[in-house]
Amino acid sequence: MSEKFKVLYYVNQFFGQVGGEDKAGMPPEYRPEKVGPALGFDGALQGEGEVVGTIICGDNYFNENKEESLEFIKKTIKEVEPDVVVAGPAFNAGRYGMACGELAKAVAEEFKIPVVTGMYIENPGVEICKDKAIVVSTADSAAGMRKALPVMAAIARKLAKGIELDAPEKEGYIPQGRRKTLFVDKRGSLRAIDMLLARFKGEEFETELPMPVFDQVEPAPAIKDLSKATIAVCTSGGIVPQGNPDGIQSASAQKWGKYDVSELVELKAPDFYSTHGGYDTAYANENPNRVVPLDILKEYEKEGVIGKVYEFFFTTTGTGTSVSNAKKFGREIGKFLKEAGVDGVILTST
Amino acid sequence: MVKEIERYGIPIVHMATITTISESVGANRIVPTVAIPHPVGDPSLSPEDEYALRKELVGKALKALTTEVTGTTHFE
Repeated sequence: MSEKFKVLYYVNQFFGQVGGEDKAGMPPEYRPEKVGPALGFDGALQGEGEVVGTIICGDNYFNENKEESLEFIKKTIKEVEPDVVVAGPAFNAGRYGMACGELAKAVAEEFKIPVVTGMYIENPGVEICKDKAIVVSTADSAAGMRKALPVMAAIARKLAKGIELDAPEKEGYIPQGRRKTLFVDKRGSLRAIDMLLARFKGEEFETELPMPVFDQVEPAPAIKDLSKATIAVCTSGGIVPQGNPDGIQSASAQKWGKYDVSELVELKAPDFYSTHGGYDTAYANENPNRVVPLDILKEYEKEGVIGKVYEFFFTTTGTGTSVSNAKKFGREIGKFLKEAGVDGVILTST
Repeated sequence: MVKEIERYGIPIVHMATITTISESVGANRIVPTVAIPHPVGDPSLSPEDEYALRKELVGKALKALTTEVTGTTHFE
């Protein structure tokens, strides 16, 4: 290819330098220039390709208006005719990751254009697109930008030129779950024996077929008689009492809190507010019931629809929180609820 | 969190706007909500209408808790 290949870039409102959470509702717009990480990415292409334009879209807008957002992106692709589409990297940002993932999936499916994005392995966006697009494995925060861009650029370059990618661990992307035929020196039986011996000796070995991890939880049985049931409410939306007495982190939470609401009929502002650092908390701070609907649950309790609202509500911050911490919180909260004899739980997420 | 709580055999309903995330983490009972910064509210409505909307959404969540499911189920 003598001409430079063309890259269309996608970023959110933050990396697009439009603004923070207050701009998360912005609809997508196209700019025929390199914005934010697109600039660094363009540099990493070392003149072989060029970012011809950047689509900027608010994270909330994309996730709340997926169809419209994807339509805009598809329309832009038809006009710009890129050779590669690049999105992110989104690191461990959930909404941004979902946007990159949905975009990557849609573009890879509909156009025959390779898509490259970058995410932290725990980002929920990974699952959406890793088999359709190339997802470079990144750090969990934007501190990993400088490392991620050259890896993404190298992969984009290969894809644009039709060069086959090497194995995921060599190239730095998340495995797509594909099996490929390849030539090796030793036949299977010998490799199996080698592996077995290594294992006996306690040496390192690498399986050739990692087992997929399935972790589905059986749905718990339904509540038989709601009018006698105790219902607890829980949130990942960061609602805390004024002053945040337990110091729950505004992002990457290390802990959860439980607060007595037995004497309350609703969560009043400013007695409660959101400490969450991953969404615009103006609406929640105006009326915390918009995130934790205690007012309605108390109303249903008064009407006799439910037996009782559990005396505590449970809260943490969902943004950037590791899956392992979220599991730990869930286990701890669940144990507490089980011992308290709670019959059902409503968990709200922002 | 949803999954770990359900592991104790307590039915749990996830009220969330990005329902694709609830699905991918393995929630069994899901009620789609209004918007990311205000899942169970809508500041554009009058206080009365917003209250009614919230009551309807929480009503759906309660219905979900009293409904037997075998896998991921949306209650809309």
